[in-house]
Amino acid sequence: MNEKRRDALRIATVLGLAITAGILKPTDVLAADWKSSGFDAKSLQEALAALGADKAAISTDIAVNGPDIAENGAVVPVSVSSNVPNTEFMAILVEKNPTPLSATMTLPAGTEANVSTRVKMGGTSNVHALVKANGKWLIASKEIKVTLGGCGG
Amino acid sequence: MGNPMRIRANATGDVVEVKVLMRHDMETGQRKDASGKAVPAHFIQTLTAKCNDKVVLDMMMGTSISKDPFLSFKFKGGAKGDKITITWKDNTGDSRTDEAAVS
Repeated sequence: MNEKRRDALRIATVLGLAITAGILKPTDVLAADWKSSGFDAKSLQEALAALGADKAAISTDIAVNGPDIAENGAVVPVSVSSNVPNTEFMAILVEKNPTPLSATMTLPAGTEANVSTRVKMGGTSNVHALVKANGKWLIASKEIKVTLGGCGG
Repeated sequence: MGNPMRIRANATGDVVEVKVLMRHDMETGQRKDASGKAVPAHFIQTLTAKCNDKVVLDMMMGTSISKDPFLSFKFKGGAKGDKITITWKDNTGDSRTDEAAVS
């Protein structure tokens, strides 16, 4: 335990010092976290791999909820829900978007595994719910048809 | 400092439902303006929601979250009067923090 605490303190101090010294800007550190999470990935497989979820198993205990047909691809309400206990992480991926990973949500204990937001969809696509519960990755999807694409094209 | 967001938090028993509407362009960097130039990417990357001092949601967003992001979630263990704080940071380093009391 002491080892871990010492390591954590050491890393935090170095990062803190680096930020104070201007070597590392807070936006750099933030950008590093964000980039390594798969947001730049250009395909569903790449995004899943970046998250460490490439072997995710299809599950009927989690779901993507959203309209069957979205009239406006710029604003498509979707929600991701999980009935699996100990769901600690959820993500939304729009398969046919240029960068499929739309959002990731880390859920502390006590937060319900049911989060809603609105996504842009370039065109008709499968929308995937990715969930990590008890160390296992699960995935479910729903096709959402889009009549007017939402990426400005 | 970014634009103010609207936060609504309602408690039913000890479950608090939070709805947030943020004001942000969420530019993907792919859209072209009238002169044909690409509008630079400008989007929220991270969001943290707290109830008093406890983090209740940690979210990262990409360019495919809609303009003026909407978010809705629920958590246990909150009560009327608790303070909900939402902070977001975007890719330019801009950030915004707003609070609301649970009603």
